[in-house]
Amino acid sequence: MSEQPQEQNSKQENSISKNMLVNAVMLGLFAIVGTAIVAYTSEHTHDRVVANQRDHGLRQLHQLIPPSLHDNDLDQDVIEVQDKLLGSNQPMKIYRARKDGHPVAAIIECIAPDGYSGKIKLLVGIRASGVLAGVRAIDHMETPGLGDAIETRKSGWIHQFDGKSLKDEPDWRVKRDGGDFDQITSATITSRAVVKASYNALRYFKQHQADIFDRKAGQP
Amino acid sequence: MNQTREIIRNGLWNNNPATVQLLGLCPLLAVSGTVVNALGLGFASLLVLVVSNVIVSLIRDHVRSEIRIPVFVMVIAVSVTIIKILMQAFFYDLFLIIGLFVALITTNCVIIARAEAFASKNNVWYSALDGFFMGLGFTFILVVLGAFRELIGYGTLFQQMELLFGEGARHLKIVVFDHYEGFLLTILPPGAFIGLGLIIAFKNWFEQRQPQPSSVAVQQTAT
Repeated sequence: MSEQPQEQNSKQENSISKNMLVNAVMLGLFAIVGTAIVAYTSEHTHDRVVANQRDHGLRQLHQLIPPSLHDNDLDQDVIEVQDKLLGSNQPMKIYRARKDGHPVAAIIECIAPDGYSGKIKLLVGIRASGVLAGVRAIDHMETPGLGDAIETRKSGWIHQFDGKSLKDEPDWRVKRDGGDFDQITSATITSRAVVKASYNALRYFKQHQADIFDRKAGQP
Repeated sequence: MNQTREIIRNGLWNNNPATVQLLGLCPLLAVSGTVVNALGLGFASLLVLVVSNVIVSLIRDHVRSEIRIPVFVMVIAVSVTIIKILMQAFFYDLFLIIGLFVALITTNCVIIARAEAFASKNNVWYSALDGFFMGLGFTFILVVLGAFRELIGYGTLFQQMELLFGEGARHLKIVVFDHYEGFLLTILPPGAFIGLGLIIAFKNWFEQRQPQPSSVAVQQTAT
């Protein structure tokens, strides 16, 4: 009497472990095939994606310094610097524009750490004369419909920095605080952060101008 | 073709993923701020739905039921990843805007729900059809919600259509209210909840007014 159930038991165990094995192999096969398909697609589009990314980066830089003003590869002539004035303790990039070997302008990547919803990443273009070529917000989490007016596709607010410099000594605060810069309605904190970060980038440029243009690309 | 009609009606109205099944709310609520974002995510979801339904239907007889869910998840993840890579390669500007949410399509439960409830039990043709019309129904609600939020939030319709259809579509933007101050609530996530609630309420009201008693669709809820 007791033998039969035992036999059944071991048979059952056998079929369970066999089932598990088949399932495991099947899952593994699916994983391998899936990974292979993704890898194949990625491999064949990689160059195009990289070109797109480079293109996008260059387009952002060219909004500040148009291609007609320089003849070097903007996204190759890059140094990395670290300074409190740039709003981060991470190394930030500086793109240098030159024509016939002479410095034309620098585009400084910097961060406004005190946005309404965290950091705002900016590109600040400064001509060799110390005049702002322009400022662009390239990454932020400000409120849609209010703070995102710092983007050029939402409003022209950020164009007010074009042509400003330390020399004509504008008061680098928003009008609400008694300064010379318009604030975005209902987004004063965002506006303050961008004004301050642009000012700091200009100050950094003034202090380090020679070094910014002389240092060899890629050197720390 | 009775079943074809049934599939179309279910996807678009009777069992609409957004208003009846209440699935995929995360992307629905996050990316319906404007019509163009809604359309972009809607198309991407539709594409994933069709692809995953077809693949799941093709392999449905070869996958044991114990491991079908992990296998479906892998199929969906692979399709989404490939669509994301192709978007990066061919529609980079649009990718910059809705890219994050394309990756999130993997977690959109509409897709696993259709794989499990429909594609794993039906042939390839009906599964593709189901994916297409479920996707269309989802896109439809997304666009209605996007239009509602854009109109009230920004006072415009079809702004930034050039992201999806190229420079020629820039002029599609309609300024409905001039000198509109904007209404922040509808742009923020609570506005999406309120908007979706209104749409569902409208649908229910509309159905109740119909004289003949319509068959009650089985409510499925999920995260």
